[in-house]
Amino acid sequence: MDWSAILSNTAQGLLSPATMAFALAALGLAMHFGFAGLLNFGIAGFMAIGAYGYAISILTFGFEWWQGILVSLVASVLFSLLLGIPTLRLRGDYLAIVTIAAAEILRLLFLTNAFVDVTGSADGLSGYHNSFRAANPFPEGDYGFGPWTYNNIEVWVLILGLITLAICAFLLLLLMKSPWGRVIKGIREDEDAVRALGKNVFAYKMQALIIGGVFGSLGGIVYALPSAVNPGVYVTSLTFFVWTALLLGGAATVFGPVLGAVIFWVLQAFLSNVLPQLVSSGILPFISSIQASTIRFILVGVGLMLLVIYRPQGILGDKKELTFVK
Amino acid sequence: MSSSSAKLPGKPAAKTIGLHVGTIRPGVPKVDPIITMDNVSRKFGGLVAVDVEHLEIPRGAITALIGPNGAGKTTLFNLLTGFDKPDTGTWNFAGKSLAGIPAFKVAQMGQVRTFQLTKALSLLTVLQNMKLGAKDQRGEKLMFSIFPFLWKAKEQEIEEKALELLKRFKLDTKKDDFAASLSGGQRKLLEMARALMTDPVLVMLDEPMAGVNPALTQSLLEHVLNLKKEGMTVLFVEHDMHMVRHIADWVVVMAEGRVVAEGPADEVMKNPAVIDAYLGSHQDTDLGTVTGRITLPPKGKK
Repeated sequence: MDWSAILSNTAQGLLSPATMAFALAALGLAMHFGFAGLLNFGIAGFMAIGAYGYAISILTFGFEWWQGILVSLVASVLFSLLLGIPTLRLRGDYLAIVTIAAAEILRLLFLTNAFVDVTGSADGLSGYHNSFRAANPFPEGDYGFGPWTYNNIEVWVLILGLITLAICAFLLLLLMKSPWGRVIKGIREDEDAVRALGKNVFAYKMQALIIGGVFGSLGGIVYALPSAVNPGVYVTSLTFFVWTALLLGGAATVFGPVLGAVIFWVLQAFLSNVLPQLVSSGILPFISSIQASTIRFILVGVGLMLLVIYRPQGILGDKKELTFVK
Repeated sequence: MSSSSAKLPGKPAAKTIGLHVGTIRPGVPKVDPIITMDNVSRKFGGLVAVDVEHLEIPRGAITALIGPNGAGKTTLFNLLTGFDKPDTGTWNFAGKSLAGIPAFKVAQMGQVRTFQLTKALSLLTVLQNMKLGAKDQRGEKLMFSIFPFLWKAKEQEIEEKALELLKRFKLDTKKDDFAASLSGGQRKLLEMARALMTDPVLVMLDEPMAGVNPALTQSLLEHVLNLKKEGMTVLFVEHDMHMVRHIADWVVVMAEGRVVAEGPADEVMKNPAVIDAYLGSHQDTDLGTVTGRITLPPKGKK
């Protein structure tokens, strides 16, 4: 057992583009589900729009990196509108079905061979980094200490990711403390009651869907910034991983999703390192080390179930709320 | 009827009279109607839930809508408030046609409703529930909401108003509790108080007494009477005949989707069509006699 390697890899999970991407997507879901009560099971689709929108506008249209980000955001707003106009009049579970289908349609569109010139089909997209790296204000060299040592490109990605995450969390905090947030929470509890008080429920739900969608696509962009866009990433299980992070931290909180994403990735890093080592040192019998590293996904599923049953309000959720969960 | 009636004071509150024009009949015109409807009908499949030829609701009075289960009272409520759309007919509120107007706009026009199954917003605090009711809040607009200085003053104003109303409804000690922790009766009170936050012209209460314990009945009645005193019009659906008799200035009786009778409470109750359709022929008979499972001494027998 090489504990120093395990711990160092685990520590890296604390601060990685993937962690921040998950935190952003989970913030989007917190807006959708935790506050507005919209059961969105298509967050992977929003992330795919972010990632593909960014990569395609750079590779196909020759945009600058920041223009690529803007294109992604506009695309995610359009996707929210497209999704919301027909479906927001539906009740919760129907929205869930539609969003899961919409995300799959998107993924298959990105995967199909018909658009291989633009989307790269199954190979995905890569090599869109020039403009982004040219804008890097950090001179070449290593930054940080211990397990958190990064080169200048990684630091640039992390800093941008952190700034985005901070802005989004702050924005969500402001929104939910405002009267607007009160209406949104009211809609979560009972939209007919809110309608009877003279609020345009459909408009509020659409605004919530768009804001959460923008957060999700920002997550997709941060995910794509350091490396490549791979269609195998934006599958339904990504949606459920983000849901796990959200529920872990607390769905109706602002910092819960961030904390949940961090815990999720730290645990993932820890388990993917420790399980194969347990096998190779003979502690874990019957399975190969390749099988061992996928056990973590089973553990994620079990963890999600236990969480929903025993602590549905999450780590940061209000304890009093638990008393009243229907 | 219910045991709650035992607590009511003997003398009924002063009634508003002289609401109608001409002889009393179903669809009689009113001196000052706030709602008028013509040929409003709504079908669910083959079932005609509501088919009202003509009906006017008087302004500044308390009108009760009664009728047996399935008479279409709640459907009529839904049609009036924009929660459901009629298949035919025209209907207007304070002179404005309500055809095609969505529920939230109807509410903004000053017509607020409560629900048969109380809709307290469970995981909001009582105070938040109240604040949600207030109209014209700039902070509820997305663009303004992230700048607290734009809505702090209004918020303060709303809070004072909410606290005052809560005090009146004796919910002020609960203001920071989740609405879910309130009892059924308290939720009814909260829903009514929240509706008042919108400064309504017309308050529509769907079975305000259902599930309320006798101790609260008295104060709920007072609150309804107060609404009239403050110049609001009240329309309510109720099964409790004693409450209807006690506070309603005007009673509209529905059966099978149609208005079968209307008039001042005392007169309507004497109408044989109403007794037949709604009260049933056994209204003064002990339940035991009706079912035949208990033998009663012969003196009260009809």
